Amino acid sequence: MKILVTAKRVEDAESKIRVNPQGTGIVPEGLKYKINPFDEIAVEEGLRLVAKHGGEVVVVSIGGKEVQEQLRHALAMGAHKAVWVNHAGALDQLAIAALLAKVVEAEKPDLAILGKQSIDDDQNQVGQYLAEFLGWGQATFASKVESLESDAEKGKHPGVMLSADGKAVVVVREVDNGLATVECQMPAVVTTDLRLNLPRYASLPGIMKAKSKPIQELTPAGLGVDVTPKVVIQKMVPPPARKAGIKVPDVATLVDKLKNEAKVV
Amino acid sequence: MPVVLIVAEQQPDGNLRKATLNALTAGKQLAERTGAELHVAVLAKDASGLAAELKGHGAKVVHAASSPVFEHYLAETFAPAVAELAQSLGATFVGGASTAMGKDLLPRVAARLKAAMATDVLGFEGSGADVVYARPMWAGNVVAHVKLTTPVQVFTVRPTEFPAAPTGGAEAEVRPFTPKTEPVKTRFIDFKEVKSARPQLTEASVVVAGGRGTKGDFKEIEALADVLGAAVGASRAVCDAGWVPNDLQVGQTGKVVAPKLYIAAGISGAIQHLAGMKGSKTIVAINKDPEAPIFQVADYGLVADLFKVLPELRQALQSK
Ligand SMILES: Cc1cc2nc3c(=O)[nH]c(=O)nc-3n(C[C@H](O)[C@H](O)[C@H](O)COP(=O)(O)OP(=O)(O)OC[C@H]3O[C@@H](n4cnc5c(N)ncnc54)[C@H](O)[C@@H]3O)c2cc1C
Ligand SMILES: Nc1ncnc2c1ncn2[C@@H]1O[C@H](COP(=O)(O)O)[C@@H](O)[C@H]1O
Repeated sequence: MKILVTAKRVEDAESKIRVNPQGTGIVPEGLKYKINPFDEIAVEEGLRLVAKHGGEVVVVSIGGKEVQEQLRHALAMGAHKAVWVNHAGALDQLAIAALLAKVVEAEKPDLAILGKQSIDDDQNQVGQYLAEFLGWGQATFASKVESLESDAEKGKHPGVMLSADGKAVVVVREVDNGLATVECQMPAVVTTDLRLNLPRYASLPGIMKAKSKPIQELTPAGLGVDVTPKVVIQKMVPPPARKAGIKVPDVATLVDKLKNEAKVV
Repeated sequence: MPVVLIVAEQQPDGNLRKATLNALTAGKQLAERTGAELHVAVLAKDASGLAAELKGHGAKVVHAASSPVFEHYLAETFAPAVAELAQSLGATFVGGASTAMGKDLLPRVAARLKAAMATDVLGFEGSGADVVYARPMWAGNVVAHVKLTTPVQVFTVRPTEFPAAPTGGAEAEVRPFTPKTEPVKTRFIDFKEVKSARPQLTEASVVVAGGRGTKGDFKEIEALADVLGAAVGASRAVCDAGWVPNDLQVGQTGKVVAPKLYIAAGISGAIQHLAGMKGSKTIVAINKDPEAPIFQVADYGLVADLFKVLPELRQALQSK
């Protein structure tokens, strides 16, 4: 099977993110960039499915030339080829999904696996837009029944399974109040939640091999997609600050404060 | 008259999800800013009960679609129906709560309506065509003010930022609607509900949450929660380990809660966790590491071993 996965470049989850004084963006100093954590899980899931059922994993990233780093990372994990849509400016989820739809039309994968959300924009939209644009089924927030520290996880079985006839994917979705299982005929869009798998580390041979794997370059103009943002950020502000609290020496003081100061118990 | 259409949500147990009422308040605010009328849509196997319940919460019209197709929620069946209704009403704003369903459904509705979308809206500014949405980015480290420039605008709201729409005032008209149905490519198989006798995490006024520091032993967390009538929450580390159900995760990618009291025990306070509980009124942190970042947001910090102090705290509160 052919699986398309995405690899957005985002600030490392450990980075300290602060709004710049002009309110036009974030302070760039000291930031490190990585593949979006959910997308790393998508790459991993693609690789596991292909290990089980055969086929190839194509990784796509949209952004300026620096996103090639994230594509190389996915290639080093084991993805077979990469597609880079070169666009340096602002992009919203509508544009990303429209571009991905074009790449999907060209690549014709059986499955597109995306992250459920990017940890910079936190929009949680692209997979759903993409599924609708393509007229495909969607299974968002793909998770696993067993914990990530279970033996099954250690055995690296995919959490996304194929149906008995191999024509559909069966996905356990993490939703409010529990887990919902759905079956989507392929081709389909799946988006990953955190508990789908633990991504592998790229091995040294993997990193070496990635250097010679192909990265195909495309552009929005070449794909015929107008990427003028429809989600326009006018300004950014810091979130409301909490006033500094105090440390209490013991449980008795804590209970007293909760009763008489905060009046919450 | 322009219309703000809010999509209601039925829980698997058949009841209205409370977050719908918070979304209705957001819808009302938006309707006031844009001179629009507030409508609400409910889709279910039998929508009549929920429609009757929704009638008294401030909307002008409740649109109710009853069909076996809507027995189990699927984006593929709900999105075309909501989009069709929005188009027939000429709705310029379509929204809902940012629950798992809202986050799955509304982007697909937006795609059908060629609309741009804002997720997890915290509040609105401006009026008329210049409405601006405030929404979190980077795990809530940034609040962005965004404009959507498409003719139809779609959004989900963070329920903790809007009070529940009260009852009272004029009763809404209930209008049945029968959307066209198309064959879909997705089939519902089953739903495994996490049942708990405790209040729901997103609705509780007190939350007691445990982290990796519990080493998976939630007995004292649960016992304290029971004394306080509280919900139990957890950090990602705890859910990943399979110690508690995933549904209890609080944070950027879990539930966002804002109870009057949040007690965090054995949780370090990573930004992704803070993103889900920083809005709580009073925060108590119990951690044996005095440098743990959780203390930076805690009103009351106790540097201690949770296994020692949680039983003490429970006993002190029990005998109050
Ligand atoms: C994309 C992404 C999304 C994420 N989303 C979320 C999310 O939604 N929610 C979330 O919670 N996390 C999330 N995380 C994970 C987050 O970064 C942290 O890894 C996680 O919150 C840590 O959980 P913890 O505080 O329980 O564990 P740790 O960070 O390991 O902290 C354990 C704490 O317990 C204390 N402790 C140990 N023993 C005791 C004792 N006996 N008594 C008292 N204290 C003790 C320690 O001092 C320590 O501070 C996300 C991460 C990423 C990358
Ligand atoms: N620039 C991008 N390049 C590749 N994939 C992307 C890009 N932006 C978003 N995505 C994908 O869409 C998912 C959801 O993103 P979002 O809707 O922005 O939260 C991400 O996890 C990625 O898989």
